[in-house]
Amino acid sequence: MSEVLGMPLPVLAGQTVLGLVNGCFYAVLSLGLAVIFGMLKIVNFAHGAFFMLGGFGAWMLLTYVGGNYWLALILVPLIVGALGGVFERSFIRRLYGLDPIYGLLLTFGLVLALEGGFRVAYGTSGKPFPVPEALRGVFDMGFMVMPLYRIWVIVAALLACLGTWWLIERTRLGAMLRAATEKPALTQSFGIDVPRMLTLTYAGGVALAAFAGVLAAPILHVNSGMGSNLVIIVFAIVVIGGMGSVLGSIVTALGLGVIEALTKVFYSEASTTVIFVVMALVLLLRPNGLFGREGAA
Amino acid sequence: MRATLRVAAILGLLLLLAVPWMPTVVYPVFVMKLFCMALFACAYGLLLGFGGMMSFGHAAFFGGAAYLTGVATKHWGLPTELGLVVGMASAALLGLVIGGLAIRRQGIYLAMITLALAQMVYFIFLQAPFTGAEDGMQNIPRGSLLGVIDLRSDVAMYYLVMTLTALGLWIIHRVVHSPFGHVIVAIREHEPRAVSLGYPVARYKLMLFVLSAALSGLAGSLKALVFGLAALTDVHWHLSGDVVLMALLGGMHTVFGPAVGAALVVGLQFYLDALGGWVTLITGIVFMVCVLSFRKGIVGTLIELAERRAARGAADAVRGSGSATLQNRESSI
Repeated sequence: MSEVLGMPLPVLAGQTVLGLVNGCFYAVLSLGLAVIFGMLKIVNFAHGAFFMLGGFGAWMLLTYVGGNYWLALILVPLIVGALGGVFERSFIRRLYGLDPIYGLLLTFGLVLALEGGFRVAYGTSGKPFPVPEALRGVFDMGFMVMPLYRIWVIVAALLACLGTWWLIERTRLGAMLRAATEKPALTQSFGIDVPRMLTLTYAGGVALAAFAGVLAAPILHVNSGMGSNLVIIVFAIVVIGGMGSVLGSIVTALGLGVIEALTKVFYSEASTTVIFVVMALVLLLRPNGLFGREGAA
Repeated sequence: MRATLRVAAILGLLLLLAVPWMPTVVYPVFVMKLFCMALFACAYGLLLGFGGMMSFGHAAFFGGAAYLTGVATKHWGLPTELGLVVGMASAALLGLVIGGLAIRRQGIYLAMITLALAQMVYFIFLQAPFTGAEDGMQNIPRGSLLGVIDLRSDVAMYYLVMTLTALGLWIIHRVVHSPFGHVIVAIREHEPRAVSLGYPVARYKLMLFVLSAALSGLAGSLKALVFGLAALTDVHWHLSGDVVLMALLGGMHTVFGPAVGAALVVGLQFYLDALGGWVTLITGIVFMVCVLSFRKGIVGTLIELAERRAARGAADAVRGSGSATLQNRESSI
């Protein structure tokens, strides 16, 4: 059996895949966060809470309505996205033009309200969520076997990221979005409904988070706190990568997922802190982030 | 107006002094917690309300100092005074590291960086062998003050906490009204201009950050002594959020307003403690309501009312003397 740095290759490869899976969640979340920030100039603290809503939504759909995983994967992001849109229309909208700190505080309040609410209703223990029938097997890659579901998560998350990238960079809607980000007043004068674009952007970003939440439901147990620890890591990733570039944030997220997983192999005590250490190093060496633009801070 | 305020202040002080002698009316330990949180909130207000920097990781300083005071008095057997010093010094050191990194960015990035670094501190304490993980570090001895006054009595402890809180607030007051404070105001209001005037802006910001961290640490150390406990909740991001809420409720742009917010938040949590998740839910809703429609906070609103009244009074006086230009200037302030 071949070894790398004293570790058997299957262990390393297995951990790398695990890291990629986590990195995919980071990527989808940080992408949504960056899109929302670019457009609304608001740091959506509630991103993790919407991720949790995605997981819980899928669980509720399965438990109360009797739907299946695939239905949840489509329906739950739509519903959560709509809820996000309502939240933007009725609350976030009142804070435009104020110090962006208030947006952070408002969404932080939403995190507490949602987490507290779900804790009251469902307690703190995790709800098990079955892996869908079609993805239950393992895939033999010769040097290692990999659960099919993990492969599916990586594929689906990357597709979601690429889809978002394509939507923003290659479609007419994306062009309007970018225009509204750069020069909102000018864009409005061309007859484009900028306030509606803001709502759509928030709903879209939140729907991405919920999509990740559904994907994560069979891996992490669904519980009220599943989002908040994740969102702090995603904040660190956003600081590391900078919010300027879509592809940049995807690459950063995947890379950090792998780094975190490999740290677990070589020095497991540091695996929970390694991403924050990387953030500190990046702040020392490149204060604006790896892909950040000068003065974008 | 001034006289009534002074009378109210003296009455309030007398009441606070009397608290340990009537434990059946108010629970002295609860008031001690109030003192600790008020000091914590004002230390935070020094950074946010006065310095204009929003940290979202202040629990790291509070909880870090609580743990370190525990280590110093329980494991190293140091006397109480030195335990407090160790706690404060560790918080200041932590503030130097976290602040040094965080002030490289501004605004919301500063908030995100402090949150992330505080989370790192949380994980370190979660894994460190001496913290007792989920159980917390228990039985931290109160010891005695200068080897003379036994702090195991709630009365002695109460007066110590009260004195040190007052000392902390006085330091904050001195900082705000010092030449150093004026430079901080200049940086807050117009950073590029402060830079062009030749002030080492980063160093000033860092000094304020360290001061705020050290005083937060004092609050945390006192809390550890009062309860004999340092726990993971003291370094958790929920506490960082709580202190932001205290500042928001009391007045984000004031220095001592957060103390009022602290009293409200601690009171709310004390009386709703049995309800578990409801506390978080209610806290979240209060948070959102404040952000949406009460951004000035209690003290901020009071100050605004007082200023408006003063401006109106001045305007009336000016109108009496018949000078219209002065009147315009006064009312535009």
